[in-house]
Amino acid sequence: MAKNTLSVLVENKPGVLARIAALFSRRGFNIDSLAVGPTEHPDISRMTVVVDVDELPLEQVTKQLNKLIEVLKVVELEPNASVQRQIVLVKVRADAANRSHIVETAELFRAKVIDVASDSLTIEATGKVEKIQALLGVLEPFGIRELVQSGIVAVGRGPRSITDRALRSA
Amino acid sequence: MTDSLTHDKASPAVLAAQARSRSSATAKAIQTPASTNAPLTCTGAQSLVKSLEAVGVDTVFGIPGGAILPAYDPLMDSPTVRHILVRHEQGAGHAAEGYAAATGRVGVCMATSGPGATNLVTALADAHMDSVPIVAITGQVPSAAIGTDAFQEADIRGITMPVTKHNYLVTNPDDIPRAIAEAFHIAGTGRPGPVLVDISKDALVRQTTFSWPPQIDLPGYRPVARPHGKQIREAARLMAAARRPIFYIGGGVIRARASEQLRQLVELTQIPLVTTLMARGAVPDSHPLHLGMPGMHGSVAAVTGLQKADLLIALGARFDDRVTGLLSTFAPHAKVIHADIDPAEISKNRLADVPIVGDCRDVIAELIEVITAEQAASGAAAYDDWQATVADWKATYPVGYTPAEDGVSPQYVIERIGALSGPEATYVAGVGQHQMWAAQFIQYSRPNSWINSGGLGTMGFSVPAAMGAKVAEPHRTVWSIDGDGCFQMTNQELATCVINDIPIKVAIINNSSLGMVRQWQTLFYNERYSNTDLHTSHNKVRVPDFVKLADAYGCEGIRVEAVDEVDAAIQRALDINDRPVVIDFVVHRDAMVWPMVPAGVSNDKIQIARGGAPLWERED
Repeated sequence: MAKNTLSVLVENKPGVLARIAALFSRRGFNIDSLAVGPTEHPDISRMTVVVDVDELPLEQVTKQLNKLIEVLKVVELEPNASVQRQIVLVKVRADAANRSHIVETAELFRAKVIDVASDSLTIEATGKVEKIQALLGVLEPFGIRELVQSGIVAVGRGPRSITDRALRSA
Repeated sequence: MTDSLTHDKASPAVLAAQARSRSSATAKAIQTPASTNAPLTCTGAQSLVKSLEAVGVDTVFGIPGGAILPAYDPLMDSPTVRHILVRHEQGAGHAAEGYAAATGRVGVCMATSGPGATNLVTALADAHMDSVPIVAITGQVPSAAIGTDAFQEADIRGITMPVTKHNYLVTNPDDIPRAIAEAFHIAGTGRPGPVLVDISKDALVRQTTFSWPPQIDLPGYRPVARPHGKQIREAARLMAAARRPIFYIGGGVIRARASEQLRQLVELTQIPLVTTLMARGAVPDSHPLHLGMPGMHGSVAAVTGLQKADLLIALGARFDDRVTGLLSTFAPHAKVIHADIDPAEISKNRLADVPIVGDCRDVIAELIEVITAEQAASGAAAYDDWQATVADWKATYPVGYTPAEDGVSPQYVIERIGALSGPEATYVAGVGQHQMWAAQFIQYSRPNSWINSGGLGTMGFSVPAAMGAKVAEPHRTVWSIDGDGCFQMTNQELATCVINDIPIKVAIINNSSLGMVRQWQTLFYNERYSNTDLHTSHNKVRVPDFVKLADAYGCEGIRVEAVDEVDAAIQRALDINDRPVVIDFVVHRDAMVWPMVPAGVSNDKIQIARGGAPLWERED
């Protein structure tokens, strides 16, 4: 099994997310990560879906997605030809003794402290999945009290826009 | 609307005449919306009815209820849309399917919110599996009440997402014409399928403007791709190079109305063919190269033809498990050319060597063109040995049965129905043994003459679907070939048939049990018949008595219990056309469907009778 990142351009209409989630569930495809948001075109939303499948099932995922009326375009983003990012908010146990140590650690990862309390710190970090995992590994010994991760978002490298191409072909 | 129906002693013909006169008396001189370009102020409900008129709907099967009620008021006045009041929404759904399957036109059903809508779900799932173009229109609770668990509220759009090609929830009356136009477009184009349009009650009641045609906005829907020329040429090359090629014809050929082109292609190439359960009639069974139906209950020649082939040319077929048996052992020596209008079907179950995305009619037409040119240049490929081999299998192992020593053989009944009614009749089956026998023992020669529930296997499909087929083509003899189990699931639609002058003929193949399940219990569960006895004829116990039931509905009821009564009963049914006929054929209950490939094993293990395998393996 391999992780594959799909960018799915959809019409910005109610129920589209449910349709896609239902499709994955019905066909037995595993979603590793899902992120949805608007694009530069008000009528189009973009989903980034990371699926955990082999090559042939991936083709089936793509074809089944394309059959949904509200799906405009499905593009597989190759790891080498795209930039992928995730955001994480992590609340770490921190006291006067180790607070500066934690802040220093966060800075090593170019993460930001966004909330401070007497016995905790909340850190925001953005990056590739591997970097986030590394950061969490380092913070783990301090005691992670709460962890929130976004889905992965991804965009192809270079000047080309899949949204433009989707609009042209539509 | 129903007052005259409550008067007793009205004959079916009188009721039907009343129904007709009611609709014509209320028909007002309304300009057809298709010719009305100027926007018209009206209610959402009126806009809905005008939209249905504008897309050319002539029949709607349905049942009114609270949320859809506003639509039924203008529907009463429509000069072109006939609404047929069914007795259960499932019946409306299957009737719409029967209508669509008989003609290729989009069938329409209508129901209210909540239970009315959920009762349509089985028919929608059935249409989705078998690619039947239908549009379901459901009422929804007022938009302000959606999400509050209001009376008769069900999230039918959410519920039907996985079993429809697409669906809509409309809460703004201005969106109604566009939603209807898009629904019919989506249902009827590309790979056909069911579309549901759920309309909230306030959208039906509020004022709007109607104008036609609406602007269709479906940027993500590109249903038909032209077949790729390179793939067509590659397919032709493989066909010319093959030594044991076979056409594997699926229901897509029927839906694409490609039968005539397919016949030409078969003549041109002289390649043997099989037609799946969904494609019976795509090529006449009498064609010398036709090896019959493949699959779990397919003929030896068809099943073995696929197993031994070196090239499958799959047209509009989807490598269903009932055809392939154990997939890893299916057609092990064959390369695969797979043409389908739905790209997702290609290489879904079996990897295609030559994938072709396109409408079967286009694909076949282009294959004919390329192959004709090739033959002109370098002569036709010859498959003489292969043709002789398959012809030998076909002659040695015809699909047959051993007549019962006492009582009536179900296969005989079905064979006689086909022989006496002919190829112009339409045969609509339920699901089970009778369905398989009807697929095996009726000689089909016309597309759409065989209608059944293939993918979903919906018991109860037959009577309402036959009703829909008869409404669509009133001039044809329409047989519902049903089982005693299936019949009891949807026979309430006989009332609809009687009252609306829809004289279908129902042949109940009554073996007093859930016959196919019983067959499996016989073969795989040591003859332990758990919960399959229906008590509908065995030992003269008849619960219910189907002849009395037919009589109660105002149908002609006939019982047949001896072989020499079969022809006379069928002939009498064919002679009666002013009311539905129900024949209770009491048949031998131990008859089994053969040949058979048990579920989950290789098609090489086909048995022609219990414990009997074809002999060629020993000869080899």
